[in-house]
Amino acid sequence: MKHEEKNIKAYSQNFTTMTPGPFAKRMRTCVLFQIIRFIVINLKMLVVVSKSH
Amino acid sequence: MEFENEEKYMARLIVLGGGVSGHTAATFAAKWLGSSHEVVVVTPNSKWNWIPSNIWVGVGQMTKEEVTFDLAPVYKKAGITYKQAKALGIHPEGNESSDKPYVVIESTEAGSAGKVENIEYDYLINATGPKLNFGATPGLGEGSNLGEYTVSVCTADHADHAAHELQKCIEKMKKGERQKFLIGTGHGMCTCQGAAFEYIFNIEHELNKAGVRDMADIKWISNESFLGDFGVGGLHMKTMGYAVSSKIFAESLFTERGVEWIIGAHVNKVEKGKAHYELLDGTMGVEEFDFSMLIPPFAGVGLKAINKAGEDITATVFAPNGFMKVDANYAAGAYENWKASDWPSTYQNPTYGNMFACGIAFAPPHPISKPMSSPNGTPINPTPPRTGMPSGIMGKTVAHSVCDRILKGENAPLHEASMANMGAACVASAGKGLFNGTAAAMTIYPVVPDFEKYPGTGRDTDYTFGEIGLAGHWIKHILHHLFIWKAKLKAGWTLIPE
Repeated sequence: MKHEEKNIKAYSQNFTTMTPGPFAKRMRTCVLFQIIRFIVINLKMLVVVSKSH
Repeated sequence: MEFENEEKYMARLIVLGGGVSGHTAATFAAKWLGSSHEVVVVTPNSKWNWIPSNIWVGVGQMTKEEVTFDLAPVYKKAGITYKQAKALGIHPEGNESSDKPYVVIESTEAGSAGKVENIEYDYLINATGPKLNFGATPGLGEGSNLGEYTVSVCTADHADHAAHELQKCIEKMKKGERQKFLIGTGHGMCTCQGAAFEYIFNIEHELNKAGVRDMADIKWISNESFLGDFGVGGLHMKTMGYAVSSKIFAESLFTERGVEWIIGAHVNKVEKGKAHYELLDGTMGVEEFDFSMLIPPFAGVGLKAINKAGEDITATVFAPNGFMKVDANYAAGAYENWKASDWPSTYQNPTYGNMFACGIAFAPPHPISKPMSSPNGTPINPTPPRTGMPSGIMGKTVAHSVCDRILKGENAPLHEASMANMGAACVASAGKGLFNGTAAAMTIYPVVPDFEKYPGTGRDTDYTFGEIGLAGHWIKHILHHLFIWKAKLKAGWTLIPE
């Protein structure tokens, strides 16, 4: 998991942005965590939908 | 020409267009009005298309049959009169012999193509969607037809063609030939950056899967003044206790996936393997490509409006871009004067109260992103998106208003759904497998920022958020099946929100 930031080039257009580390990347595909996020995102989307009608 | 006037109906609603907005309006109107009144849908297409999934067709992960279905049996089931035709003109005052308003349509159905017909109406909903204005950029296409140098994912057929072209590039890379990919917007006044955004990361995903990512140079080109503008002036998402700009999120994602970007670009000419562009700072450039998907700008479909005396009143009914005027404030002026209240809420035409426009067909009061132009005077800024969830909500709202006026009387109050009080959910997903895909899921509330109600960001950061992960990917899959289920009017369709 070394060199996570390898795509960033000094003083190029992407030098000032953030980049995810190994923990953030792992959580994206961690099924248990994503099931929780699935429920949270759906609930939030339902609130947005209900506020929009 | 022949006039059609069936006395048995108390009222007739014509819906022009069978896309997300038109289909939603027509199906709800048919349900609410029952068989005592008639709902007519006029659309040149024989099939309904769940456009968000065209992205998956464009990388060969779905067939076009999976994202489309025949409209005729659905409308038959709903009791809707279906005319496969394109609307040519609206006569909102009737003509010399009758005060009854009518629409002139031309059949596009095999066997009767070209046949012109007049259909009278009591209420009209204009939900035609846009003309894909490829012709606005030399080399991108002619009129509404895609040219030969680039591909598109705007229709299922376009996306199918794109998938074949992508496959050819993958084969070349497997043989050791490096390929350049250029994805984005094909004009300075485009919208739908989100679709191109989703497509570029689907391509990146597919190239990884095919083991040829290291043979590809992938570049983004768009008319946004900053990455992550998306035509809504960007958004701030609450994360880790911060309200973080979509610019940071977008740049992060592009960096992570090794995708370079050109922003503030007006593509002014396309040639074989070359896109010429002008930047906001006035400089000109050329980008070479082996594969390019550039979204065209949108325009109105070219409907004419004629008054009782036979005079052309198109400029009264439609804005110069061809979209229908509604209850928006078209005199807001400079960006500094813009307000959330400029945006329409009832979508009623100000001149003819029995006409409404929804979805992409209504004329927005102004962009959402700040207007910009190059020193040469070339306008380069995204035009406002009005697709997907807002489009469906508008369609249902307008149908509600029309049904109330038909059933309760012509003074029944109109229902409201302003994009300044409306949210949208957007899921950009790459890959199709349950556990090997990934998606950026975003919600935005409201779509049009309200800086008076939400000082600073213009949005409610409790409900404007985004994140990357499998959860969004699952949601995208569910939405695909859910919305096709709803559009087919299968059991419980009314319970599925727009």
